[in-house]
Amino acid sequence: MSTSKYETVIGLEVHVELHTNSKIFCGCSTAFGAPPNTHTCPICLGHPGVLPVLNRQAVEYAMKAAMALNCTISDVSKFDRKNYFYPDSPKAYQISQYDQPIGLNGWIDIEVDGKTKRIGITRLHLEEDAGKLTHVDGGYASLVDFNRVGTPLVEIVSEPEISSPEEAKAYLEKLRAIMQYCEVSDVKMEEGSLRCDANISLRPWGQKEFGTKAELKNMNSFRGVQRGLEYEQFRQAEVLDEGGVIVQETRRWDEAQGKTFSMRGKEQAHDYRYFPDPDLVSVHISEEWKEAVRATIPELPDARKARYTSEYGLPDYDAAVITASKPLADFFEDSLNYTKDAKSVSNWIMGDLLGYLNANNLELSQVKITGQGLGEMIGLIEKGTISSKIAKTVFKEMLESGKLPAQIVEEKGLVQISDEGAIKSIVEQVVANNPQSVEDYKAGKQKAIGFLVGQVMKESKGKANPALVNKLLVEVLNG
Amino acid sequence: MSLFDLKLSEIHNKLHDKELSVSDLVDQAFTSIGEREDRVKAFITLDEEGARSAAKALDSKLASGESRGLLFGLPAGIKDNIVTEGLRTTCASQFLSNFNPVYDATVVGKLRQADIVTIGKLNMDEFAMGGSNENSSFYPVRNPWDLERVPGGSSGGSAAAVAAGEAYFTLGSDTGGSIRQPASYCGVVGLKPTYGLVSRFGLVAFASSLDQIGPITKNVEDSAYVLQAIAGYDPMDSTSAKVDVPDYLSALTGDISGLRIAVPKEYLGEGVDAEVKETVMNALKVLESLGAVWEEVSLPHTEYAVATYYLLASSEASSNLARFDGVRYGVRADNSGSLIDLYHESRSQGFGDEVKRRIMLGTYALSSGYYDAYYLKAQKARTLIKQDFDKVFEQYDVVIGPTAPTTAFKLDTQVDDPLTMYLNDILTIPVSLAGVPAVSVPCGFADGLPVGMQIIGKAFDESTVLRVAHAFEQNTDHHKRRPEL
Repeated sequence: MSTSKYETVIGLEVHVELHTNSKIFCGCSTAFGAPPNTHTCPICLGHPGVLPVLNRQAVEYAMKAAMALNCTISDVSKFDRKNYFYPDSPKAYQISQYDQPIGLNGWIDIEVDGKTKRIGITRLHLEEDAGKLTHVDGGYASLVDFNRVGTPLVEIVSEPEISSPEEAKAYLEKLRAIMQYCEVSDVKMEEGSLRCDANISLRPWGQKEFGTKAELKNMNSFRGVQRGLEYEQFRQAEVLDEGGVIVQETRRWDEAQGKTFSMRGKEQAHDYRYFPDPDLVSVHISEEWKEAVRATIPELPDARKARYTSEYGLPDYDAAVITASKPLADFFEDSLNYTKDAKSVSNWIMGDLLGYLNANNLELSQVKITGQGLGEMIGLIEKGTISSKIAKTVFKEMLESGKLPAQIVEEKGLVQISDEGAIKSIVEQVVANNPQSVEDYKAGKQKAIGFLVGQVMKESKGKANPALVNKLLVEVLNG
Repeated sequence: MSLFDLKLSEIHNKLHDKELSVSDLVDQAFTSIGEREDRVKAFITLDEEGARSAAKALDSKLASGESRGLLFGLPAGIKDNIVTEGLRTTCASQFLSNFNPVYDATVVGKLRQADIVTIGKLNMDEFAMGGSNENSSFYPVRNPWDLERVPGGSSGGSAAAVAAGEAYFTLGSDTGGSIRQPASYCGVVGLKPTYGLVSRFGLVAFASSLDQIGPITKNVEDSAYVLQAIAGYDPMDSTSAKVDVPDYLSALTGDISGLRIAVPKEYLGEGVDAEVKETVMNALKVLESLGAVWEEVSLPHTEYAVATYYLLASSEASSNLARFDGVRYGVRADNSGSLIDLYHESRSQGFGDEVKRRIMLGTYALSSGYYDAYYLKAQKARTLIKQDFDKVFEQYDVVIGPTAPTTAFKLDTQVDDPLTMYLNDILTIPVSLAGVPAVSVPCGFADGLPVGMQIIGKAFDESTVLRVAHAFEQNTDHHKRRPEL
């Protein structure tokens, strides 16, 4: 693979929609999924004469996000106009921030292959989202939905310190988790509340100057980002290997074809003619305001992960997986209100829960199990009321119905049989019915006992206490 | 005699005493309009039906004795760049010849609240760009004092309608002199408030950091009444100032003894017509006789004001006017080509020459590689110009000079020479850049044409500006003269 000759340099620009109740410069709702053009007013439609009024909540969410990314918060922040003609922008300019963003010079730590790496964050700025264009099949028309126009966004720009598509994915996952923990955004890439563009260039190992970069757009999933960058890494290496030069351009990722295509070159790049928006005044951020916002930042994923390993003794990997999603970590902690066995909770989450969610392409919020359910179920196993095997049935039922385990066990008659007499009679029956296996056992074939245990479990409909079955079987066989 | 020659307080009393009805006032407006409008051309859209039904409603309110404010029943005209719900608002541009706004500007809402009657929308230079009203894409306004002459601009319709007695008062907008200069040319009182005193919400933006709405009236007292009604903080306008609005009427004491007046030498220098200068000097003598003292001062950065203004105002305009693309409102070019073609054709056909000139100038000034040399430099110059005023206001209460270097000029004499045209605003532009208030009051005549005196005050000190103007008015009768039409 020719990429090994080159060092990959990646920088990411991530847009995160802030889930404020209303838009950034008017009172319209930001709710997702309304019929087109129903969440609009003269202000977000850019009618002649209207003026923007800044939503304070949006500023606070941006401050919170910036603080969680370890940014310095500007004392004075201002808004600028980014001018461009396009139907998604009714004013023909976007109100954004140019040289005095809300946050500067932050960082986040990512982990790839067990190694921690710090990625710098150049800036976080606040801006308004554009409308949504739908291109009608056949290309005869484009439809514009202005519901989204004016939704507050933060743009988070990383330093060019990401060295592989894998790191890029790890960066995005960490960024998403942090935003989720801060509760400033839904961060759903499929709904567009998290979007990512990437700059990527290659340079020979040891070279100081950056290579010429390409900007990648239209990646609609984390996997898409990784695949797009992998493709682009490969494409650029090939061009360089053949003695070619990389053209500075914007390229579009085509998910279906698994390739990137040129959208526009450098000479077609827009001149946005940024200038301070005279309709808005500077935002002065006092120390008091900063501290008030800082106080609302909850424990972030890194801190939680550290706590899970030290306090609960979870393996690093398990702690990382669970804390990567706030709902999952909250579920984990909720379960611990009902059992002390953190390791066991973690095992059930890592195994049965995530297995089920992944297999069915679901999110935690879409299944009905509660932390109480899992915690109490582990309690039932500890008490010997149900076996681990039965627990799997109970767990599945909890996912689907949300019922508590005691109720499920009762309704389905799943209580474990620990009565020696009852088990012994089944054992004797199985031994009598399987002379061949008994002979094999006596001939020294240890495997045979496994078969017999299985038969006993089957006869008891899985409810027999496995430890007792083993003990009694050995007694009967040897007796 | 026209009912509109009565002072506002006189009309108020007559309405109260049932000697007069709102319908009488509206009749007066449309009678004058019927007699004169075909020559003056002050309006783009008249709303006679709406005005008459509003008058009827107000008259029944009057009959039922409901409490009413001082502006009750006054027929007013609104400059056509201030949006009025359901009443066509064109900015004197063919681009918006079909545009009916879906909301009222804050000032319009306030005036409706005060029970005025809107009689129509006033002609202006297209998108408020111009100083002669010849840039209206409908038809030019004529000066009621001499129909061969321009009324000034951009609020030419607003000034001419008051001078011609077609409206009791009007609203104009001022970006670099657009209220004061036409007021001067038409012999009426035009006030540009401090930037931030009057809400801009609903004023179609030309240059957002400079635009202000203000009243045009026949006398200073009326100006104070109208300002009282429209001034004040508006949560819909982030640049609107959170200041307490004083009682402007109580400031009109007639007493200016001890007033310290600064007269900038730059405002009486080269380019200022000798007769205009003499008229203003005579006006200063009147103020002196009332106990004021004046001294010559310097506003040294005045010479950079016009260049600074055209860079900043045009830069902002290039962005403000980008929304007009013919797609969602306004006139869309008949074009089946690409999106870019549609934008290009609609804007090429929709905008007039002066508007295009300024959009190009502003686009250039903001372009990458030129921003520092033009826009940023102009911002720095603006700061220096503002500091000139700050310094003078440390020692003086007001700054006084002519409003415009000349009286009204003839139509078609400057329209092909934009640079000369721009110099008409040389005395009003620095005030706009500084953001301070100023009023133009009639202070005499030169060759039968009105001359305006500009009284400039400290930020948010409209009270002093109006007090000086009022004291002058009380001791002169220039404002009582009417054009013969």
